[in-house]
Amino acid sequence: MPTLETRFAGIRCMNPFWLASAPPTNCGEQIMRAFDAGWGGAVWKTIGAPITNTSSRYSSIDWNGQRMMGLNNIELISDRPIEVNLRELAEVKRRYPKHTVIASLMVESNREAWHEIVERAEDAGADGLELNFGCPHGMSERGMGSAVGQVPEYCGQITEWVKERARTPVIVKLTPNISDIRMPARAAKKAGADALSAINTINSITGIDLDTLEPRPNVDGKSSHGGYCGPAVKPIALNMVQQVMADESAALPMSGIGGIASWQDVAEFLLLGAGTVQVCTAVMHYGYRIVEDMADGLLAWMRRKGFETLDDFRGLSLPKVQDWKHLNLNYKIVARIHADKCIGCELCYTACWDGAHQCIHLDRALPSPDKTRTPEMVTAESLARISTTPIAKLDLKSADKAGASFTPLSRIPRVDEEECVGCNLCSLVCPVPECITMERVENGLEPETWEERMQSGAAVAGNPNH
Amino acid sequence: MSESTTFYAQAPASPEISERFPDLHPAFTATAAVTEANRCLYCFDAPCTGACPTHIDVPRFIKKIASGNLEGSAKTILDANILGASCARVCPVDVLCEGACVMHRYNEQPIAIARLQRFAMDALYESGGRLPFSPGADTGKSVALIGGGPASLACAAELRRRGIRAVIFDARPLPGGLNTYGVAEYKLPLAESLREIDLLAQLGVEFHFGAAVDGERLAELESRHDAVFLGVGLGAIPRLGIAGEQLAGVTNALDYIAGYKSGRITSAPERVAVIGAGNTAIDAANASLRLGARAVHVIYRRGPEQMSAFAFEYDHAKQEGVEFLWHVMAERVVGAERVEALELVRLEAASDGSLVLKEGENFRLPVDLVVLAIGQSTHADFFRGGRVKLERGRVVIDRETGQTSDPRYFAGGDCVNGGREVVDAVADGKRAGIGIAVWLEGHDANA
Repeated sequence: MPTLETRFAGIRCMNPFWLASAPPTNCGEQIMRAFDAGWGGAVWKTIGAPITNTSSRYSSIDWNGQRMMGLNNIELISDRPIEVNLRELAEVKRRYPKHTVIASLMVESNREAWHEIVERAEDAGADGLELNFGCPHGMSERGMGSAVGQVPEYCGQITEWVKERARTPVIVKLTPNISDIRMPARAAKKAGADALSAINTINSITGIDLDTLEPRPNVDGKSSHGGYCGPAVKPIALNMVQQVMADESAALPMSGIGGIASWQDVAEFLLLGAGTVQVCTAVMHYGYRIVEDMADGLLAWMRRKGFETLDDFRGLSLPKVQDWKHLNLNYKIVARIHADKCIGCELCYTACWDGAHQCIHLDRALPSPDKTRTPEMVTAESLARISTTPIAKLDLKSADKAGASFTPLSRIPRVDEEECVGCNLCSLVCPVPECITMERVENGLEPETWEERMQSGAAVAGNPNH
Repeated sequence: MSESTTFYAQAPASPEISERFPDLHPAFTATAAVTEANRCLYCFDAPCTGACPTHIDVPRFIKKIASGNLEGSAKTILDANILGASCARVCPVDVLCEGACVMHRYNEQPIAIARLQRFAMDALYESGGRLPFSPGADTGKSVALIGGGPASLACAAELRRRGIRAVIFDARPLPGGLNTYGVAEYKLPLAESLREIDLLAQLGVEFHFGAAVDGERLAELESRHDAVFLGVGLGAIPRLGIAGEQLAGVTNALDYIAGYKSGRITSAPERVAVIGAGNTAIDAANASLRLGARAVHVIYRRGPEQMSAFAFEYDHAKQEGVEFLWHVMAERVVGAERVEALELVRLEAASDGSLVLKEGENFRLPVDLVVLAIGQSTHADFFRGGRVKLERGRVVIDRETGQTSDPRYFAGGDCVNGGREVVDAVADGKRAGIGIAVWLEGHDANA
């Protein structure tokens, strides 16, 4: 029976699921309900000198009818007094001693202020501290948040001040709004940080109201750049986590953040080396209850894979991310369309012609293969065809058959495997699972990377498969 | 048509009929429409478009609903099918666009294309109902169109968009032909048909009503116009030729449907028999029930597998409560002054497939109203002596241009195809409109 229990920078965790420092961790009452729902830990909404927020604060990106592909916020750190937050933190720890409570902190950039807040948070019972060097809006204009995270020296300096006092593990939260996230990570590590968390939100403008021409979120006719998060940012977050974790002088225990909403997302962050994960947007969308399937699904996957603990698979995918120059140029795959599954939407066809390499053809019903027939010719033929409503008695049976139960041969595309470059695009656009598979073609060539080819002085361009 | 009023305003208002014939397929709300539109896969060379006789670019108009470009959505529909609003309501989409939807093979419901199309067209009306096309620059050419049904209307629209004068002659007081007078009210209310024609009238189509055209008039029109489009549809529903047929209480489905749609008939007697089992028979049977009949029988000489009504129409009629008497033929209408009963006889198929009487199997069905719906006759008489070639009473045309054997005559719709759907008539009219324009241009070039 696999377990989700784990240790993170010395902190015992009942599971790797933490709530990120954000509105879902605003107060003790929320956090206790979250723990009841199954969350193993929570990073308290950033504690510091109380601020004043605007209204409104959030805006989002919807996509094809799905709400909140991405969420943007211009909310600042906690607007509650420090003593209220810390009193509630103590109460949560008293009632939930086995759960992990991390205090996220952000104060002015001076040593005394940091010493004081560290001491107060730890006295209240925090299991660890997270230094918010990531907040990209508002706070950064006051020299805090990402204004610190974007300058490795500041990052290192404050981490040092905190480490002077801290008795619990110190986690430095990194901003993605920087050209190389490894730089602040290295600075934090050098300054003695115990762990990292990444990523914070990404600078964004989500959109503009086309009636009023005012950007969102709208604050009395104006807006400000905000922090982007949610499913849309997951690939960016995964990349940054990988970059840090693959860098010896930066890698530390990592709490992965960015668009996590499902057990699959969790597994992916852990496979790239994260120790725990933090979730915000998915909870803001659907509530604390989502953690149940994160745990249930992850455990089921671990059972299928034969993993007993998170450590069994942590980081296993890290070595599989390499520089491009180390990829095998002689590896060849081609698309195979499984005619029995094809529904005849022809999305692969249009994608290949307009977006890829013109090697999918609609010629199965023709007497011989025809690579010269363009999409424009196909549509012109269809528009010229005269069709009439079938009459029940006469022709309905044949028409019905073609429509509902099987795909006409003429609508099932054919891949020219000689020309196919194995780009994946058709299999990505195909709406039917397993209808287009990418399959390896043996070409008898030994693996060869770009780097090897350059070293051997061979031709620099061209595909050896052709 | 007077300058100040619209056809829509002339629709007879009958709250009773509206109440008894509510929409069979209610309109989408905006939220539901966008959700449904987002389900569409946006197929390339989409099979729905191919299945539509007018080749509406279905994925395109659906994606425009999803993107919030409702104006563009309606324009996409109208560009291919000027009667897109009524087609959205009357088309048998199960065997057309929705029947061809790839979603069937994706283990999902097909996209609700018809309801989305109606949504886009309703939005156009709501935003002021301006047709997004203008007439073409005047060519000085003129075409007379005989009959004001869907074929002529579609032809007229194509002509006007190409700067050709289009003058429609219709025997009835309002335009639209069967679209206005012959479609079940729960699919297409009479007023909706007229509203759509108002849209089309913005192109400057001219209408003459109460203008029955005979051979003499036709010759006159031929001399005054550069071409003639024949969109005359089919003729009357023939009588059965049995005793008692002249009795009061015997009518035909077209008169019956037109009667209730225009508010002249507002109730049905208790017992109704409809003879015939096509789509029109179904419409008449369903209407009888909605108008208050208690027992409605459809009487057909053959079995359900031979009926010409669509399967979904048959299912709908059964749901409405219509009863079907298969392998039965009417021998005599019984009654003193009015219809009292139908004398019926059972039939069976002989070994060669022909129907033979079953001896001693006569029975009487007490009825108060008999509605004949055994198909329409052709207009063979109208064309007698002319140069327009017929086959089995139907006008023979070149399918791509609508041109008849007499080059100045073009034709489309029921008089050509023997009676199909509104969308088939629109497609015929559209091809003919383009065909006429091309022919007139070529004519000039050769002159």
